[in-house]
Amino acid sequence: MRNFATLTRMRIQLTLRNKMFLFFTVLMPFAFFFLYAGVFAKGQPMVVKFFLGPVVALTVMGSFWGLSAALVMFREQGILRRFHVTPVTAGDMLASSIVANYVLMFPTVLLEFLFARSIFHVNNFGDLLATFILVSIGTVSFASLGLVVASVTNTMQETQVINQLLWLPLIFLSGATFPLAFLPHVVQNVSLFLPATYLVQGLRRSIFESAPIWDHNVLVSLGSLVFWAVLTFFLSAQLFRWEPEVKVPRKAKLLVVATAIPFLLLGFWENKYGNIPAQAQSAFDSLNGPQKSAPPPDAQKGPDSPK
Amino acid sequence: MGNPILQVENLVKSYGDVQAVRGVSFSVEEGEVFGLLGPNGAGKTSTVEILEGLRDLDSGRVSVCGLDPQRDSQALKHEIGAALQSTSLPDKLRVMEALRLFSSFYKRRRNPEELLKRFGLEEKRNAFYSQLSGGQKQRLALAMALVNDPKVLFFDEPTAGLDPQVRREIYDIIEELKREKKTIVMTTHYIEEAERLCDRVAIVDHGKVVALGTPRELKAHSGGTTRIEVRLAKPEPDGALKKLEGVADARELDGAYVIHSHRPPKTIVDLVKHLEAEGNELVSLEIASPSLEDVFIEMTGRRLRD
Repeated sequence: MRNFATLTRMRIQLTLRNKMFLFFTVLMPFAFFFLYAGVFAKGQPMVVKFFLGPVVALTVMGSFWGLSAALVMFREQGILRRFHVTPVTAGDMLASSIVANYVLMFPTVLLEFLFARSIFHVNNFGDLLATFILVSIGTVSFASLGLVVASVTNTMQETQVINQLLWLPLIFLSGATFPLAFLPHVVQNVSLFLPATYLVQGLRRSIFESAPIWDHNVLVSLGSLVFWAVLTFFLSAQLFRWEPEVKVPRKAKLLVVATAIPFLLLGFWENKYGNIPAQAQSAFDSLNGPQKSAPPPDAQKGPDSPK
Repeated sequence: MGNPILQVENLVKSYGDVQAVRGVSFSVEEGEVFGLLGPNGAGKTSTVEILEGLRDLDSGRVSVCGLDPQRDSQALKHEIGAALQSTSLPDKLRVMEALRLFSSFYKRRRNPEELLKRFGLEEKRNAFYSQLSGGQKQRLALAMALVNDPKVLFFDEPTAGLDPQVRREIYDIIEELKREKKTIVMTTHYIEEAERLCDRVAIVDHGKVVALGTPRELKAHSGGTTRIEVRLAKPEPDGALKKLEGVADARELDGAYVIHSHRPPKTIVDLVKHLEAEGNELVSLEIASPSLEDVFIEMTGRRLRD
């Protein structure tokens, strides 16, 4: 426990001294924030509030980039080896990565809310408790994803390729960039298989629609992300390697595919019985009612989307 | 023999098809500096890493401080200190932070300030790891190995890649530790290092111990001969040089002839006469007092390259 605490402190210190960190954890999220709030939402408080969920989700999901890269670098440079001859355990190493990331991520999210309030006059942030818990679980689960990526790749190049491959669907198919209601029906169906969708839609529900924790869809989001976080963390601990020359066992890649199974099942269930796309649609429509937002007309869908 | 603090019996370790360690046995007494001397790839590092609990063994028995590195690795790690090969620290970690961080992992601790002073790193206390020179990095690595006041120290190639002056600095540090009666297991491929620092040396080649003893014993074993190394204008037939006066052994090694002699002056006179008679010529001649290199050559027929 002591080792975990001192390691966490070291990780925070090191990350703050790293310029790459500033880019991924501070600059990029704020660039997204001002792009969404200033350009897409044209500064209208209601629309800014609508986009706050996706912006926060992007910030949270970004965790896996930095974490996977840092861990692979530590392994490649033989830094992990040095810790291996000390009483530090793999669990200490991984948990400290996750907690350090959380501590560094949280101020950025907080600042996004403060900017929304002070610059764009958003006065109501929905259910803060539900939002706080979703942000926390989301940060931990995407950080764990980063640790798994670090464990199943051998080199930095491989890590970056996998990160890119994960990042694109996560941001484009989950409603984090284009609102879910904006996307074609088929893509909506696909999105229900992605963990990111549950984070984005859960945050939309808690921020924009003020849904409390016990709201059905908030619970689905929370439950699935908690389950996924536990699964990915467990997997990253199983596959953890101290030594750079020890390569990924072949069966590891299969195990990783196994972590997708819960979302596969959830996706089928939600596609058949759920109402996430319909909810996203009506939230989106509510923006077009009293105020004049400007979604491109060709992307608009029928008023009552079939279930 | 007193009570060994470290024991290795018939240690075997393979990586895929490659057998890196093939039945190594030795034991180390408390307060002893024990060296594993051999060329790169001889299995020294694998052996040491098994003792440190970093790798699992295939077969054999090892015990360090009465613990099994595989089963009790957690307990063992509190008792040992190590300077590993091919390792590093985060670039943006400061020297003092590194010492503090690593000492925080242990139950028993030494004062990091004192280590900083002792290893001459006081001026560098706030420097980032990336700003240190090779010698400073190695001094920090040795200081870090001591943060828990360990019972056994492992130094894997402590001077590899360092220039001669820095190497001597490291020798001084290790000699000081030796005076404090620290138990040290070190690997090296430098003859000078093994002879100067180690109480006992195991010469390792191809995963096996080919000779073991104090440097003096080992050299005496090779007959206490002097090495005469010559280069000739024309090759000599096999065995011709062995017949010279006082010669214990003679062999060809990458283009040169290495002759071990009990009576060097006689041998050289006889050699010159022999060459004149054969119409051959001496290109160069070197004489060296017996070293562990000669033991290695005798055991393996190869040179231990510096």
